[in-house]
Amino acid sequence: MADPRLIIVGAGPAGVRAAETLVAAGLRPVVIDESGAAGGQIYRRQPAGFSRTYEVLYGSDAPKARALHAGFDVLRDRVDYRPDSLAWNLRDKLLHVARAGVSTALPFDALILATGATDRLLPIRGWNLPGCYSLGGAQIALKAQACSIGARPVFVGTGPLLYLVASQYLKAGVAVAGILDTAPVAASIRAIPDLAVRPGLMARGILLQAKLRMAGVPIEHGVHPLAIEGKDEAMAVLYRTTSGAERRIACDAVGIGFHLRSETQLADLAGCDFLFDRSTGHWAPRTDGECRTSQAGIYTAGDGARILGGDAAEASGRLAAMAALADLGWPVDRAAMATLKRDLRRFDRFRRGLATAFPWPADLARQVEDDIIVCRCEAVTAGQLREAAGAKNAPELNRAKALSRVGMGRCQGRYCSSAAAEILAAARAADLADVGRLRGQAPVKPLSLATVVEAEA
Amino acid sequence: MSGTADVIIVGGGIMGASAAFFLRRHGKSVILLERDLVGQAASGTNFGNVRRQGRYLHQLSLSNRALDIWTRLPGLIGEDCEFVQRGHLRVCYTDEQAGKLETYARDARDYGLDLEMMSGNALRARFPYLGRELVAGCFDPQGGHANPRLTAPAIARAAMRAGAQVEEGAEVVGIARGSEDFVVEVRNRAIFRAPVLLVTAGAWGGKLSAQFGEPVPIQIHGPQMAVTEPLPYRMGPSFGVSTSHVFETVYFRQVERGNVVIGGGTRGPASNDTNRAAVLPENILGQMEQLRRVIPGIAAASIIRVWSGVESYFPDDIPVMGPSATTPGLYYAFGFCGAGFQIGPGVGDVMAELIATGATTTPIAPYSISRFAVTRGPSAAQISKRR
Repeated sequence: MADPRLIIVGAGPAGVRAAETLVAAGLRPVVIDESGAAGGQIYRRQPAGFSRTYEVLYGSDAPKARALHAGFDVLRDRVDYRPDSLAWNLRDKLLHVARAGVSTALPFDALILATGATDRLLPIRGWNLPGCYSLGGAQIALKAQACSIGARPVFVGTGPLLYLVASQYLKAGVAVAGILDTAPVAASIRAIPDLAVRPGLMARGILLQAKLRMAGVPIEHGVHPLAIEGKDEAMAVLYRTTSGAERRIACDAVGIGFHLRSETQLADLAGCDFLFDRSTGHWAPRTDGECRTSQAGIYTAGDGARILGGDAAEASGRLAAMAALADLGWPVDRAAMATLKRDLRRFDRFRRGLATAFPWPADLARQVEDDIIVCRCEAVTAGQLREAAGAKNAPELNRAKALSRVGMGRCQGRYCSSAAAEILAAARAADLADVGRLRGQAPVKPLSLATVVEAEA
Repeated sequence: MSGTADVIIVGGGIMGASAAFFLRRHGKSVILLERDLVGQAASGTNFGNVRRQGRYLHQLSLSNRALDIWTRLPGLIGEDCEFVQRGHLRVCYTDEQAGKLETYARDARDYGLDLEMMSGNALRARFPYLGRELVAGCFDPQGGHANPRLTAPAIARAAMRAGAQVEEGAEVVGIARGSEDFVVEVRNRAIFRAPVLLVTAGAWGGKLSAQFGEPVPIQIHGPQMAVTEPLPYRMGPSFGVSTSHVFETVYFRQVERGNVVIGGGTRGPASNDTNRAAVLPENILGQMEQLRRVIPGIAAASIIRVWSGVESYFPDDIPVMGPSATTPGLYYAFGFCGAGFQIGPGVGDVMAELIATGATTTPIAPYSISRFAVTRGPSAAQISKRR
């Protein structure tokens, strides 16, 4: 009998460790990578011709980045690696992958979705001005291209990435003009019991903030961002402090992010059941604790399943691969699986701690004024969304999309649907879970109309 | 809230919403029952072509009546539903097909359509982005396109403002013909009664007509739709390829925001049990290939989304419309074979007139449900001849 056909989508920490596990079992998986080189976003490699060291690029994560890159490089000839490839559609156990203008339908027996995450954003007046970037985008500019988003950037939002990106900018010699965290200090204190399950990581977070302060970077907690100001580009951030005072920080660029959200489009196209997670307000594919989704043969791992970070992604990548092997009737090390599951439970407790320390500021989204653009792709304002909810009686997000175009553009709601759901729920006086989530539609990312079908072999 | 009315309409698509609106103008009280949300199925997911050209000649009177309503929409319902009347162009690849277009243009003149045949060069002079393969085209300056997502909901809201009772989330689970009234049972709701029942339930219409001894050979399919990112606004008309080959049919239009909406080719699977319709990846790739023949420069753009919806078809490619042959007070308008959007407001107007006055000035005899009582209609092969 031929070997089972396994496909891994994504070559970040989860995808690489899944591939490694499958290769160790004697299989040759296909690895689909949107990037040109494995590493994912967290351990993204710099382009050819750049010569920064691992220590410069990844800081204290340098050993992990080096290990992951080396781990994949030794697999290179033992996997069917397909870089610069977009898995754009999934149907009837065929994954459709576009590369260099050619679409190929790949059959599979098991599919591991290690699709990572993107920034979670919410609208702030002026957030669509030139000079505004997502935190993830700001980080990629630095990591991949050694570019700063500005000479005096302000970072606004909440979550661990806020401090990480700011400190990376500082280290690169950029004069960070300020960090505006919407989370109050008290929230961090409440989160300590959960965060303490990973004491090293918690200490690192505290240290990051201390270093930023020592370098003279102003850090403000519990802020209410009011506006990003500027005529043709971002020039200042106006905010309200916990004491109610209005303040302004001059800048020439703004990095914005409110933690991350999973990339779940392929799981959605596969027909996986989704569950609502009240602690974050996210929808995620329902899994069984061993990365199995509700669809046989489809597994999710890494931040694409749940935002647990890079270390957890490596663990869940291994676990997903083992679950797939077990389901295909291959022998697996059950003890190792149990250990990975225990680790993941600890990572998940830490995640809950992060959700407590850096809560998603739902009220900020709900209070967005009518004239502010919520959906940047389609230029839909909060007022138009509220009209769809009210006068046009849209009870859930897909109907609001049909009537107002919210989430209908090229990002397919990645960057607006969190806020849009809050605005819709508030306008309808409904529970957030009841306004639902945008149904995924192909293509996962824009697909060139020049795409041709691969000729029959 | 009363559970009785002069007319109960089952199915809140563009047909049902329009019928409710026009019944109110005849002074009839109306209850519109929609299982999900108004205009969510075929009415909201179709291409949005407001075209008369290419329809069967026997449908052009109805189509003209509909076009008159389309041009008056803002006055009637307070919204234009993004209707733009910038023409509809059918193009073709062969002289044989050009001959068919020319014959159609001549025949359609009797129905008031002023269609202009254009040579390949004339086409490219006027629409310079069209491809070299095209040999001819036929232009209807009165054609156009509109936004299907907005239209049925807008008409239903106007009907509500005019006094119609619109019940969304109202799934009909049973209909009985009492001595005077139809008694309609809705899941988890009150019983609704009316002496007249109009079935405008699209793909679900056949299940209801069968209950009254009138089974129909309805087939369920889903259109394969795609849309590009916004591009500079250049194309006024809606375009369609006229061909006898299903795989070659592709149609497209540009909305004022700039996105190009694309449809056509082989249809996809759909179900009136799950209420879902699928877009097959291979259909989209095939559609791209055909689109590049018509408008080669589009290859520089990307599609950002695909979608489908639950549509219903009959083997003879025409709808069921008119009174029941078995049951007094029962009327049908469903199964519009992927070509119901333009005529939708006209269908509502005609059905309202028929119900309110007992007759209609627009001929609809070919669409009688009784055609399925004697035979099963023409062979399924004829379905491919449309467009």
